[in-house]
Amino acid sequence: MSYIQGETGDWEIVIGLEVHAQVISNAKLFSGAATEFGAEPNSQVSFVDAAFPGMLPVINEHCIEQAVRTGLGLKAQINLQSVFDRKNYFYADLPQGYQISQFQQPIVGKGEIVLDLPDGSSRTVGVTRLHLEQDAGKSLHDQHPAKTYIDLNRSGVALMEIVSEPDMRSAEEAGAYVRKLRSILRYLGTCDGNMEEGSMRCDVNVSVRKPGEPFGTRCEIKNVNSIRFVMQAIEYEARRQIEIIEEGGKIDQETRLWDTTKFVTRSMRSKEEAHDYRYFPDPDLLPLELDPEWVEDIKKTLPELPDDKKARFIADYKLSPYDANVLVSEKARADFYESVAKGRDPKLAANWVTGELFGYLNKAGKEIEESPVSAENLGGLIDLIADNTISGRIAKEVFEAMFETGEKAADIVEKKGLRQVTDTGAIEGSIDAVLAANADKVAEFRSGKDKLFGFFVGQVMKATQGKANPALVNEILTKKLKG
Amino acid sequence: MSLDKATVAKIAHLARIKVPEEELDHLAGELSQILTFVEQLNEVDTGNVPPMTSVAAQKLRRRKDEVTDGGYRDAVLSNGPETAEGFYVVPKVVE
Repeated sequence: MSYIQGETGDWEIVIGLEVHAQVISNAKLFSGAATEFGAEPNSQVSFVDAAFPGMLPVINEHCIEQAVRTGLGLKAQINLQSVFDRKNYFYADLPQGYQISQFQQPIVGKGEIVLDLPDGSSRTVGVTRLHLEQDAGKSLHDQHPAKTYIDLNRSGVALMEIVSEPDMRSAEEAGAYVRKLRSILRYLGTCDGNMEEGSMRCDVNVSVRKPGEPFGTRCEIKNVNSIRFVMQAIEYEARRQIEIIEEGGKIDQETRLWDTTKFVTRSMRSKEEAHDYRYFPDPDLLPLELDPEWVEDIKKTLPELPDDKKARFIADYKLSPYDANVLVSEKARADFYESVAKGRDPKLAANWVTGELFGYLNKAGKEIEESPVSAENLGGLIDLIADNTISGRIAKEVFEAMFETGEKAADIVEKKGLRQVTDTGAIEGSIDAVLAANADKVAEFRSGKDKLFGFFVGQVMKATQGKANPALVNEILTKKLKG
Repeated sequence: MSLDKATVAKIAHLARIKVPEEELDHLAGELSQILTFVEQLNEVDTGNVPPMTSVAAQKLRRRKDEVTDGGYRDAVLSNGPETAEGFYVVPKVVE
């Protein structure tokens, strides 16, 4: 458990998250307008989305399926009857004057998410509920000094609001929660998890307390749009609250914003009185009833999810929980790894995928789908190590060339003449030359300076441009030095 | 049930309806009367009656996930009091 040190002792942070995840669908939740990102302003708006009088909402059945699929992926209760309500408030990008949402009877009830923490341990966090709702339009404040521009393309796009229990106790856990939820949504294909484009946004509830005491008053930080910001905002907000309490003040329950340039949270006073949303059932929409068999059919189509995949990787490939986590976080990564590992040493394959490959991809800012080295070609490289054609050290050089050119390992090895020297005669020759040139060091070694062994190995490898088989070098060198 | 002036003023504000101070008393009276009238329904015990969601026995209609609408920006914007470059234009609202 991680506490924050205050003037008056330890403090515990209590965190709950509300994540808004945009549903992957062609059309909007209650209209037939398109959902594609980046279109010309107001070009994907129907009269329903712009709230023209008399227009009625008709629900998109695929969005219902996506919400149920997500609920099943979160091992949550699926509510066979749920109700759409109107959440009333006035804002320029909400043309109806209300958002169609779900209040008392959401489509998905209690579930859970297992957090994979950086030290390899796991922790389960409760999911309170998931409900379907409409997104609002987009306000652009930087187009005109005195005006706000409104684009309704996003108005009416389906969102899943996924609410956690106040189960997290550190910024790190909150970060792990968002990462894991994102991973599950992407596996399920229900949300693309793209936080930069706003398809996933977080509201963060933070309070502090002395360990063992009841929950303190919380503040809600709205619309945080990256995992890094979520973590920074929590750290800042917790310290702000502790400082106020320790100076004898009290926390006002309020909505705050994370300022991404000043790295502080600040109050959004104007939202305060707006909190009276006067929810009531939307008279335009009947209750949503689900057929239990239909839910079962969806369940049968769920993919293997990260937790199951991780357990399988640990059991079948004997990977560490850490490596397994890194590999299963994205389905494409896991698939890539499995094709490399097929018929090969799984641990060696994991080292190459998580080490060299991810390192190079990271540096190049590329996703695994764009990797210049295919799974097949990386497998080919590992085969060359396994059959002693090249050493592990030369393999790194070969990999670098593969990453640059996309060529096969075997071709690069041939072209550059990197084939490992396993001819004992040739290796012996190199060793003799090295020993003759360093007679003084040989004498030192023989008088007990064992550490010099590494120096001789290094010299031999240098003389053979790294191509000598290291095991043979060790063997022959030992014989010659001790003999 | 009777509403006081402060409650009426709050409701008016939530609905963004401007009500002059001198009309609040009168409106409080009228709204209270309406509520009292509707409260007669409380005389019926509905404890075991599920809420009626429709007068006809029908289910929520569903739509296929197909793009069938939109793409008529000019029509959508035609009722906007002010527009520019394909956007609705409103007074600055900034947090």
